Amino acid sequence: MYALRQWSVRNSRKLEWLYQCFEGILLALHPLWLWIGYARIEKPVRAVERTVKSVMFDCRMCGSCVLSETGMSCPMNCPKELRNGPCGGVRSDGFCEVEPQMRCVWVDAWEGSQRMRDQTRIAQVQPPLAQGQRGCSSWLREVRKKRDLRFFQQDA
Amino acid sequence: MHSVTSDPGQPLSILQGHVSPGRLERVLRSGKFAVTAEIAPPDSADAEAVYERASAFDGCVDAINATDGSGANCHMSSVGVCSLLTRKGYSMVMQVSCRDRNRIAIQGDVLGAAAMGVTNILCLTGDGVQAGDQPDAKPVFDLDCISLLQTVTVMRDQGEFLSGRELTTPPRVFLGAAANPFGPPLDYRPVRLEKKINAGAQFVQTQYCFDLERLRNYMTQVRDMGLTERCYILVGVGPMPSARTAAWIRDNVPGVHIPDLVIKRLLSARDQREEGVRICVEMIQAVREIEGVHGVHIMAYKQEERVREIVGESGVLEGRMPWHPSVGNDHKGQQT
Repeated sequence: MYALRQWSVRNSRKLEWLYQCFEGILLALHPLWLWIGYARIEKPVRAVERTVKSVMFDCRMCGSCVLSETGMSCPMNCPKELRNGPCGGVRSDGFCEVEPQMRCVWVDAWEGSQRMRDQTRIAQVQPPLAQGQRGCSSWLREVRKKRDLRFFQQDA
Repeated sequence: MHSVTSDPGQPLSILQGHVSPGRLERVLRSGKFAVTAEIAPPDSADAEAVYERASAFDGCVDAINATDGSGANCHMSSVGVCSLLTRKGYSMVMQVSCRDRNRIAIQGDVLGAAAMGVTNILCLTGDGVQAGDQPDAKPVFDLDCISLLQTVTVMRDQGEFLSGRELTTPPRVFLGAAANPFGPPLDYRPVRLEKKINAGAQFVQTQYCFDLERLRNYMTQVRDMGLTERCYILVGVGPMPSARTAAWIRDNVPGVHIPDLVIKRLLSARDQREEGVRICVEMIQAVREIEGVHGVHIMAYKQEERVREIVGESGVLEGRMPWHPSVGNDHKGQQT
């Protein structure tokens, strides 16, 4: 939904806050996820994630979500799926060279990122997309990664 | 006629602090104003067509860019063009676009190109397939220009593929990227340049510059961020053959910004083609005065034969003569 996607970019700061809270909850529930088994909950979580994020961001389920780095504008809506910034072909009115009726997702991303608390994240270099993760839940992957990191830090 | 000492880009060993044995890196690092030009790859399987087109640049440019399906139109590949021309001794900038190949194919091409003597690689995202004459092609975009830069940097500096598998001999290449200071979002463009530099870009070649004011603003921001100390900036220029073509390019080629003033000037000229060349020469002289600009990149599509004259008239080489095939690498001669 294009209109909602635009709304999300305009409200990137609120969503940034919401995302942080939500991540905290997911992280706190880590023992529960572990008890049920990450593999078992992947399917239902994926379904919820797909539904919510499709409505809010036109999410393409790339499996490696970077919304917090891209001003809440999903870069996978770029016809070239650029994850590191706009190409040189952006039209002078800020619309896409490939789909002239759509605003460049990176023009949106830049505006969205400037409304967020952490404005520097858009400058981070993103590695090539892990194509094998397409369709998987980014939420669970992120929780596991952060959890492992904390565990590792406590350990060290 | 000025006498010149030997060209700084001549001997082909890797100097200390350099990453490649190429002449372009030497020219830039020695603080000289560099000139590069774009060769139009032929729609042909004939090597002679490539040699003939390249000869227009003999002795007047420091490196030749071989385009990779630019505008999403198919021509002889950049690997093919580079392979032919490096054997003759030309200094090449191989353009690599992410549109047509995935990471496996690209890494293989980088190795092949470096083995053939390519010393400069320009990492591009690539035009969308809709721009060309085969819009039904599958766009690949497995990497983007920044992850491509990072990939080649890893290959060169860590001596391994993206997977971590070791390379026996890494590609010794000077890495470049494109930049468009003239397209929106304008205030993000310097940030994007910084991102490219962080990913490994050592030089950039910009989109056509027809708007000096916009370039000056961009360069001010880029200088303030300290980027001109970390990267060489070559500004894109080129002669427009007529006001009509200029207007068409402005309206149809993604990312090219041509102010109305330029089109009006062409329109009111008696000889539009000559006026286009004059505008180009003036633009080169003007960008040269901007602090932090290290060279120009001339894109003279279908007017390659005018490049020598444009470079000569602009005076930017200051008596220096870049490599010429009849002179080779030991030349100590005079500019013609």
